[in-house]
Amino acid sequence: MELICPAGTPAAFREAVDAGADAVYCGFRDETNARNFPGLNFTRDELREAIAYARRNGTQTFVALNTFMRAGDEEIWYRAAADAVALGADAMILADFGLMAHVAEHYPDQRLHVSVQASASNVDAINFLVDAFNAKRVVLPRTLTIADIARIAPKIRCEIEVFVFGGLCVMAEGRCSLSSYATGKSPNMNGVCSPASHVRYRKEADELVSELGAYTINRFAAGEAAGYPTLCKGRFDIADEPGYAFEDPVSLDVMGEIDALTAAGVSALKVEGRQRGKAYVAEVVSTLKKALSAKPDDRSALLAHLRGLSEGQKTTSGAYEKRWR
Amino acid sequence: MDIARPSLTMGPVYYLWDSAKWRDFHFRIAEESPFERVVIGETVCSKRQHFIEPHIAEVIERLEDAGKTVLLSTLALVTLERESRLIRELARDSQHMVEANDLSALGLLNGKAHSIGPLVNVYNSATARLLAERSACRICLPPELPFSSVKRVVSETPGVDFEVFAFGRMPLAISARCAHARSKGKIKDNCQFVCGEDPDGLPVRTLDRQSFLALNGVQTISHTCQALLGELGELAACGVSAIRLSPQDCDMVAVATLYRDALDGNIGADEAAEKLRRVYPAAPLSNGFHHGREGAAWVARARDTAHAG
Amino acid sequence: MRFPATLAAPLNVIPVAAIERATSILFRRVMKEHPHLFVRLGEHLGKCFAFMPTDIPLVFVVSPAQPSIHVVRRAKAPPDADACVEGPIVMLLALLEGRCDADALFFSRDLTVSGNMEAMLAMRNALDDCDIDLPRDLSALAGPLAPIVSRVAEGIRQRALTGEAGRWN
Repeated sequence: MELICPAGTPAAFREAVDAGADAVYCGFRDETNARNFPGLNFTRDELREAIAYARRNGTQTFVALNTFMRAGDEEIWYRAAADAVALGADAMILADFGLMAHVAEHYPDQRLHVSVQASASNVDAINFLVDAFNAKRVVLPRTLTIADIARIAPKIRCEIEVFVFGGLCVMAEGRCSLSSYATGKSPNMNGVCSPASHVRYRKEADELVSELGAYTINRFAAGEAAGYPTLCKGRFDIADEPGYAFEDPVSLDVMGEIDALTAAGVSALKVEGRQRGKAYVAEVVSTLKKALSAKPDDRSALLAHLRGLSEGQKTTSGAYEKRWR
Repeated sequence: MDIARPSLTMGPVYYLWDSAKWRDFHFRIAEESPFERVVIGETVCSKRQHFIEPHIAEVIERLEDAGKTVLLSTLALVTLERESRLIRELARDSQHMVEANDLSALGLLNGKAHSIGPLVNVYNSATARLLAERSACRICLPPELPFSSVKRVVSETPGVDFEVFAFGRMPLAISARCAHARSKGKIKDNCQFVCGEDPDGLPVRTLDRQSFLALNGVQTISHTCQALLGELGELAACGVSAIRLSPQDCDMVAVATLYRDALDGNIGADEAAEKLRRVYPAAPLSNGFHHGREGAAWVARARDTAHAG
Repeated sequence: MRFPATLAAPLNVIPVAAIERATSILFRRVMKEHPHLFVRLGEHLGKCFAFMPTDIPLVFVVSPAQPSIHVVRRAKAPPDADACVEGPIVMLLALLEGRCDADALFFSRDLTVSGNMEAMLAMRNALDDCDIDLPRDLSALAGPLAPIVSRVAEGIRQRALTGEAGRWN
């Protein structure tokens, strides 16, 4: 089982490699990837050095070009693809059909992975991408149960990678315009969800109010664990009942299900969190690496330790468990 | 140059309406509306399928008798084997043009002329051309697309008829989880179809009482209603061939008539917007996405193309 | 954990100018060790960033474009800065060294961020990539300050690693 780990900076990249990642995924410092945050990501030179560092340690590097090309600006994405190939990316993680077609045509030897942002959630969808673009691996949307994955795996002609730890999209990934509806910045076109440029925290009496654009996303009582105002994890009023309408501020943790995922036919486990610091990456990757080889009984103790790092300090199995729905 | 006047398409009803209401609504659309084509079929949640199934044949017949073209919509989120089967059968057997709303439908419809719904990510002409090579002949662009993108995609993709989502609460997200059922203390697997209680969506307000979103089963929609009226002139001029109106729980015949009048230059954009607010008072109008702004924004235009001449 | 009040109290009587002089020496030293520290700030290079320890009556305002650091006494009014981060000094120093995850600290409300979030996020990421190691970076400091500085830095480090910051939350 491969462990695929995030890196938002060269320092985090080195930590992930040192902690035993089988592959590290990262992106360029622009809108060609879905973590286009200020101060994050890699210049061409930084990626060159990172890939060299990874190679020396037997680690692979995946480059995420997982946003959708803005009409008229396609050249930014094409250039990023060309550079990723030239710098020696072991795989490219893509979401946009137009970009997949371009990469499949111009770099037929380049390994192509289907990003979770492509929302390939069933056998016919995945095989379409395998047939059309020679995709070698699909990162499954976080909309499937483990039973769904087990049913899909034998019928598709590529490897399966699933998210097991970190931030959790509640909505089908790559198909969500909530953030652009509120801010004008589109996760799909600009690579940012709930962008920091539109985030404001303000104190109101004892409460901490988080806002995104013109909208209140949450109010936290004194001492209550707070969260970044990601839209789908906000607290809203429905029929005068305040509550987390879509999802609590929790993060995903299905490391307890490693054996079931292996049995279901999954070949790689992915950790979310390119926006998190290098300390987080080091801690999470080394713990998960240990957990992978630990006996099931020892695993839970290892994993409990990570909970404190999570958003809202709570975790969920998300869609992997049917009851979540 | 004489610009062809765009036709009107009615999108699928995204909400769970009572069977008889759904049927009668389409009968009236058949008889009284200026729509040229109508897309029908459950798009949001496969569990709702049986509500409309008994009436699909008669609705199609009425619409076709009235001279409308009928397209059949596929599900937006396909995860269960049952759902996959439904799409395979539709792709294989349908006598009507199918409108694809997910990747599996795109794969299955290769080689058979089809339409692409607004829930498929078409952000650029490379993607549009790829879909065209795979037998797509109509594409309704995603509501999120700014006009700068619409213009480019349309001009760089000859041979495809493009539509733009010009009326209705915008589909913003879809989830495996049913927030609508959860908000009423149910889970998806035992939802008892509580989304049927909100035929125009269940409002989601912020804790500061701002109207923000609405729930429609597993789909999240905007509180505001997309209304491209002052923009119709530039959409037509750039080659968009049809304007899509997405049904809300209001007098859609009146909405369609209003858009037809606006397209034909019989009514100015400001007046049309005023009238639209009276026909559909439930939601404020917005057109922010078209202008590259936040989708909830309303950009009032100084320029009124319909009156300018 | 909080900075012991007995240690914080003298800061009320030492003239701010003296504290600022000392801080500037440390700041310049760190900049010398990490000349590319602020490259990641990009368009936010020209902003001012306030670091506000909750357990020390001082505010440190960094202007990366200069680069320079100013020290002012904590007042009722918010400091003149584009973005502020507030928290126990141990947490702020751990953040500076990338030894703790700012997201985790924020989720647990140990840190409070206000003002321009995008700028502060860029600063966080810039610091995180930089491998700042205060005892190491400051050990080269000459002069009478050197032993004090490295002793204090190491002491704080120990507290951070064994105290609350060590458990992350």
